Amino acid sequence: MGYADFDRSAPVAVKILIAGGFGVGKTTLVGALTEILPLRTEEELSGPGAGIDVTAGVEAKRTTTVAMDFGRITINTSLVVYLFGMPGQERFWFMWDDLSHGALGVIILADVRRLADCFPSIDYFERRNMPFIVALNCFAGSRSYHEAEVRQALDLDPHIPIVRCDARHRGSSRDVLVTLVDQAIAVAESGPLLASRSGSSF
Amino acid sequence: MDLNDQPRPNRWFSPVVRPYALVRGRTKPAGERLDVISMAYSLRVSVPDPTDLEPEHLAMLRRCAVPMSVAELASALDLPLGVVRVLLADLRERELVRIDRPSQERVTDVQLLREVANGLRRL
Repeated sequence: MGYADFDRSAPVAVKILIAGGFGVGKTTLVGALTEILPLRTEEELSGPGAGIDVTAGVEAKRTTTVAMDFGRITINTSLVVYLFGMPGQERFWFMWDDLSHGALGVIILADVRRLADCFPSIDYFERRNMPFIVALNCFAGSRSYHEAEVRQALDLDPHIPIVRCDARHRGSSRDVLVTLVDQAIAVAESGPLLASRSGSSF
Repeated sequence: MDLNDQPRPNRWFSPVVRPYALVRGRTKPAGERLDVISMAYSLRVSVPDPTDLEPEHLAMLRRCAVPMSVAELASALDLPLGVVRVLLADLRERELVRIDRPSQERVTDVQLLREVANGLRRL
């Protein structure tokens, strides 16, 4: 191999998260955009976090496996974007803390027929001042809703973009990603106004 | 054919060995936090001592000939993220890999964000 050992460095990596309820199309969206096969990784958990039950003995310790999908988009030799589908079940929220650490932002995928499924994701990322957008995955029947209705139903601030998409299609999914990154730029440029921690509910 | 009766060799270790036995029960990697997108690459200036390392360490070193994220390593080696973090930290302690960590805070570098946005538009 032709590389030198010194001065070699890894590309800058950024991560974008995809959240939303079960079956809303997170894996499909990752699959539409990744240049590699969508990969799956697991976290095996035991002890605290593996279950709500508090147990005293080691023999009662539980092990849980959480799987999540991820993909990669190479922008250039020095910049790589990773996409992570967030594990959907609420008992895996401690994993969200780990995944969302340092993330560029979050796409919250929603199905207008089951809008309530994305409430937990919106609450979670709002509280963390993480840039996010809502993407309505267009299932049959979803076009009869207006953006204003959805915005009201989700109680979203006017500056949070709501876009429609078809997570199966690369172009549509790419547009969602671009909208998110533009939103992250807008948040970064607005500086302490939007990102103010004093205004958060922590 | 009795292929279906054979345990599938889908892990680097025997299927009866729990992944955390591989790291002797350690769940906390040494040193600083490893993100799922921390990028590891092997440093060939150091020569690994095979007696000191598990086969999984060596497999990891081979994979890291090109920079790989923690998540990609976990997927490629079919190991849980927590185990990969511990093994990678071992390699870092022995100065066999270097690990570049991503920004620890949210990405607010507008120039970087624009580069990402422009790159994605070209997809």
